[in-house]
Amino acid sequence: MILALLAVVQIGSKAFTESVIVAEMATQIARSAGIETVHRRELGGSRILWEALLRGEIDAYPEYTGTIAQELLPGQGDLRDRVAGKGVVMSRSLGFSDSYAIGMQRRAAERLGIRTLDDLARHPGLRLGFSNEFMDRKDGWPALRAAYRLPQRSVRGIEHDLAVRALAGGAIDATDLYTTDAEIAAYDLVVLEDVRRFFPDYEAVLLWRKDLPADAGSALRRLEGRISAREMIEMNARVKLRHDPEAAVAADFLAGALGVRGAARIEGRARRIAARTVEHLELVGISLAAALVVAVPLGIAAARRPRAGQLLLGAVGLVQTIPSLAVLVFMIPLLGIGARPAIAALFLYSLLPIVRNTAAGLSGIPPEIRDSAEALGLPRLARLRLIELPLASPGILAGVQTAAVIDVGTATLGALIGAGGYGQPILTGIRLADLGLILEGAVPAALLALFAQALFELLGRAVVPRGLRL
Amino acid sequence: MFELQGVAHRFGRLGPLDLRVAEGETLAVLGPSGAGKTTLLRLLLALLAPDQGAVRFRGEDVRALDPAALRRRIGYVVQGGGLFPHLTAEGNVTLVARWLKWPEERIARRLDELLHLARLPEAALQQYPAQLSGGQAQRVGLLRALMLDPEVLLLDEPLGALDPVTRFDLQADLRTAFEQLRKTVVLVTHDLGEAAFFAHRIALLHEGRIAQEGTFEELARAPADPYVARFIHAQRAPLERLR
Repeated sequence: MILALLAVVQIGSKAFTESVIVAEMATQIARSAGIETVHRRELGGSRILWEALLRGEIDAYPEYTGTIAQELLPGQGDLRDRVAGKGVVMSRSLGFSDSYAIGMQRRAAERLGIRTLDDLARHPGLRLGFSNEFMDRKDGWPALRAAYRLPQRSVRGIEHDLAVRALAGGAIDATDLYTTDAEIAAYDLVVLEDVRRFFPDYEAVLLWRKDLPADAGSALRRLEGRISAREMIEMNARVKLRHDPEAAVAADFLAGALGVRGAARIEGRARRIAARTVEHLELVGISLAAALVVAVPLGIAAARRPRAGQLLLGAVGLVQTIPSLAVLVFMIPLLGIGARPAIAALFLYSLLPIVRNTAAGLSGIPPEIRDSAEALGLPRLARLRLIELPLASPGILAGVQTAAVIDVGTATLGALIGAGGYGQPILTGIRLADLGLILEGAVPAALLALFAQALFELLGRAVVPRGLRL
Repeated sequence: MFELQGVAHRFGRLGPLDLRVAEGETLAVLGPSGAGKTTLLRLLLALLAPDQGAVRFRGEDVRALDPAALRRRIGYVVQGGGLFPHLTAEGNVTLVARWLKWPEERIARRLDELLHLARLPEAALQQYPAQLSGGQAQRVGLLRALMLDPEVLLLDEPLGALDPVTRFDLQADLRTAFEQLRKTVVLVTHDLGEAAFFAHRIALLHEGRIAQEGTFEELARAPADPYVARFIHAQRAPLERLR
């Protein structure tokens, strides 16, 4: 209990605008009650947030009743009781519902005479693009297709915010929308009527762990019933269309509706970049240092026993063939979300170049040099330290350099699982179509990669013996 | 010093053979490439273990000795010097002494003696192997082998890769050094003249066996078999044609 009081309350959000705004409100309102609270932004999809909540990596996050009923806890009985069975408290509705809906451009829908989802079935040639989560949800595309017998063949998964832009640009003909999406009005889209009442109700709620301190719970409850659908659409529009920071939009709402003020923490660009830099360096630095400690001995072992070495190189090579995104996601069940799984994934990625270059550097030492060293009467470890490793040092260093540059780039994906770093502004920038934000992550990441490259060139002068550079 | 009894090594295509190296003598192991000369040296250094028979060093079976300690009692010089490219000449020469934690003054004293013996300019000590001439690298290789004052010196084609003039100078210096050192020396070469110039005794190796052992005169005067006769004739004939 005392520990729980001392701990910082962590509020998560999913990787879309509305979730970020609502989580920001929850964060600020808890903070205004004197509870130290942080917002861990854009951690991923529903399942990642739900499991992070169950594991206690976050304490609360915004969710929708339909998602809980269909996707997270399918079954019978009262939803609140089902959630309570998992040790989770569900708030009352925050006041608005954000359902899934299928939308089209108004002009196209009118030209084709499509008004309802039933009408959609008569046009098999339409190109559909759905958000990635909608593609595999139980209440998503597969069930929708079955319910309305939709014949379309051209169906692809795409990031939600990009899907809306693709729809507006005419690259796809229909996509899934959230009914509170600001783009519906902004891009003049129509929502096709769900005549068979396929989509369940998606009332917005907050979920939090039962062990959350009572005062934090009662602070969160102040949001119950306070946000109307119109207000939510407006706030989504401010963030997505006018690029106001979510924290500022949430603060304005709290000030107007609840009289809560001064709890927003809006970072300036310089501080934001500094914070992301620290996170990024932590991801790269720790993973690289751990890889160095493990991979150099593995490389030595691989050079010493060529047959086992082939097996080892094959194994670390195999890790490299798994797409980095998949490695990151595989880490979640093992290590949860945040920096730890990202560091573990980057560590695995860094192994191959270091192991391979260490092994190659050692095996590349000419046999007469190896013989001379042995004939001089130096024991094995002394030969390794005084002769073999110095001779292999250019190769080892090149391996570490490669690993570092790959790491800096791959670490941007860490933001997808809540690890922060330069990927965070890129991710948010993609979501908000904000080129400035994308560059805020991409430019420092590129600079850091160049810096790492240069650093290891310099390090080469210090580490590689002069005799090898003649 | 060394005694080989029924020693054979299958992959080195050597033996079985018997051979004794007496204390203080210079023995040349002579033969064409592929005759097993280098395999023989590697057996003496315990870099290889014989499949059959035993190698004894001062009466002790080398298998019973700690190989690293044994090798520090033996100096080994290879063709081209076999220098470590990441260390200066001095670093190469003093590597093992420093690893053994010799005091600096002892290292300096020993270096002084050796520089004089091998006629190496002192400035060369600070050079890296890539900056040394072939003859200098070979001299540094010799210094490195002699640094710990070994009981016996093994040389594998020490003059093999040198141009004729350098070779001639180094040959003379090496013989002077051997005479001053009064060490047991085993020299491997394919060059009859070199063997005759350095060695008290020659062992001619042919297809992994010793075809004949003896002084140069003995080999020249009474070849043990047609191969010995051919080998000696092949190397002497070109010179005699000039007369």
